[in-house]
Amino acid sequence: MVLVFAEQQNGTFKKATLEALSYGSNIAQTLGTEMAAVVLGECADTSVLAKYGADKIMHNSNAALNNYSSRAYTNAMAQVAQGASVIIFSDNVSARGMAPRLSARLQAGLVSGAIALPDTSNGFKVKKSVFSGKAFAHINVTTDKKIIALTPNAFGLIENPKAGTVETFEVALDEKDTAIQILETNTVSGDTVPLPEAELVVSGGRGLKGPENWGIVEDLAATIGATLACSRPVADSHWRPHHEHVGQTGGTIRPNLYIAIGISGAIQHLAGVNASKTIVVINKDPEAPFFKAADYGIVGDAFEVVPKLTEALKSYKAAQAN
Amino acid sequence: MKILVCVTKAPDTTTKIQFTDNNTKLNEEGIQWILNPYDEWYALVRALELKESGAATAVHLISVGGADTEPIMRKALALGGDEAVRVNLAAGDSYQVAAQIAHYAKENAYDVVLCGKESIDYNNGSVGAMIAELLDTQFVSNATKLDIDGANLKLDREIDGGKQTISCPTPAVVSCQKGMAEPRIPNMRGIMAARTKPLNVVEPTAAEALVAAESYELPPAKTGVKLIDADNVQELVDLLHNEAKVI
Ligand SMILES: Cc1cc2nc3c(=O)[nH]c(=O)nc-3n(C[C@H](O)[C@H](O)[C@H](O)COP(=O)(O)OP(=O)(O)OC[C@H]3O[C@@H](n4cnc5c(N)ncnc54)[C@H](O)[C@@H]3O)c2cc1C
Ligand SMILES: Nc1ncnc2c1ncn2[C@@H]1O[C@H](COP(=O)(O)O)[C@@H](O)[C@H]1O
Repeated sequence: MVLVFAEQQNGTFKKATLEALSYGSNIAQTLGTEMAAVVLGECADTSVLAKYGADKIMHNSNAALNNYSSRAYTNAMAQVAQGASVIIFSDNVSARGMAPRLSARLQAGLVSGAIALPDTSNGFKVKKSVFSGKAFAHINVTTDKKIIALTPNAFGLIENPKAGTVETFEVALDEKDTAIQILETNTVSGDTVPLPEAELVVSGGRGLKGPENWGIVEDLAATIGATLACSRPVADSHWRPHHEHVGQTGGTIRPNLYIAIGISGAIQHLAGVNASKTIVVINKDPEAPFFKAADYGIVGDAFEVVPKLTEALKSYKAAQAN
Repeated sequence: MKILVCVTKAPDTTTKIQFTDNNTKLNEEGIQWILNPYDEWYALVRALELKESGAATAVHLISVGGADTEPIMRKALALGGDEAVRVNLAAGDSYQVAAQIAHYAKENAYDVVLCGKESIDYNNGSVGAMIAELLDTQFVSNATKLDIDGANLKLDREIDGGKQTISCPTPAVVSCQKGMAEPRIPNMRGIMAARTKPLNVVEPTAAEALVAAESYELPPAKTGVKLIDADNVQELVDLLHNEAKVI
């Protein structure tokens, strides 16, 4: 059996989770086995999981599991993992608390940051990104049970409707499982896609001179529904919030489109973004190193080019809508 | 509170990565090794701040690695760690590393084990949670703020799409990232003092690796940028639609 952790946020499943299911379903097919999705906490409607290939849905609706706890969630996963040969997570913050715990507990080899299907022709090799996006490694998992944490946006969504029979299960929790108390939760404004999952990203660097100039970046992003990012000095100077910082010491992203405005393209910045499928660079310096990593480039002053690009994209969007 | 900080060495961030031996090994020629930035800037500096404020009693360092790990450990001592231990093992995977650290932490009863969010070589982000599992303690990943509050830790941590403030009992393992502290530079006094601080070497405990890196590859080189005239942004829109097919 292939087991996929189907993380929910107040009863909904994110695209990255459905991507993990699509990936798991593909592996289940290759191995000639079934796929089960595991849902923890109260959740009214799990039917979407069947659409992405879940033969079975293992649901523990204990309200004590509504909030993430790495220990409790690991216990729950371990409880249903006996029959599983491959266990899959979407590689996000919660997975980073659970997948390694489960790996140590079950003595099951873990590959995090996976970006492709396992190669089972000779062993069980999973391709992952290493050296912060500067290279890839093929990791052979030598244990019977295998755990993979899949990078968001690396595989895509594939519908594969299955029965999705719901089975409930219980897990005994002890006080240590719920010992972490949540005092406050702040989520970033809900209307844009979070950076790791975003397909379109518009990013600004020090070339924009100051936070007061971000309007042109925001307008461009809003026009195409992109998520904002920035270079490290921009976050360090508090021009933009820390979570927008991408690069070697910030987030690593792989959107379909990355538009870099006024960013020089230092190797540490590229490390976080060079897996983007298409890179557009707007920089007034024709020698900026970023042009070497770009697919499309405009040499020019951002303050002139970006508003023009936004207008052109608005007309394009309007034409498409008709 | 006694704090153990896990530190590892990583190639300098400007390193151009290359492989040898038929792409099965990192080419280490000319690589400058640095303290993994997350371990240094966030985990270690925050631990030192907690000691300076009196909230922590000791800051010890641990690294699993060969003798070539010692320069970065001396640097960590120069920043202000009290003492360091090197587990003499060129580990094959995160699990082997975690097993060594958990073994040492158990014997020496630390209240808090701090590690970085991830190592910038393998980017696994696994060692911390594995240590927590092996010690059967709490684990907090991607913390951006850490304070000691009696027998508990008060933390901010990143969650998917936001931030959470939590209270966590000790003992606990915490993975640290940006926000927690500001980078420091060791001063002359620190560098001198580090020379005489204890750096003990211990032999590893038995633990099998669960995975093995078989081979590596570099991303395909970009074929060359297509430059578009600044006065013709419409061309870029067309290319993004027709050629790149991303809008
Ligand atoms: C250990 C370490 C880790 C690091 N990690 C990261 C990381 O994770 N992420 C990261 O981003 N950086 C990181 N850095 C920093 C990195 O080395 C660069 O300093 C940084 O990326 C530069 O940011 P920038 O491109 O915004 O600014 P700059 O290098 O100052 O570049 C600004 C660019 O804007 C252009 N420009 C200026 N005016 C205009 C205009 N009007 N119109 C158009 N273009 C204009 C300039 O030509 C220039 O290319 C790290 C550094 C170290 C040492
Ligand atoms: N060999 C090692 N010795 C000591 N600590 C390590 C070692 N490898 C990783 N760590 C710690 O674990 C964190 C996560 O590493 P990783 O799981 O390899 O991404 C690092 O930031 C370090 O704090």
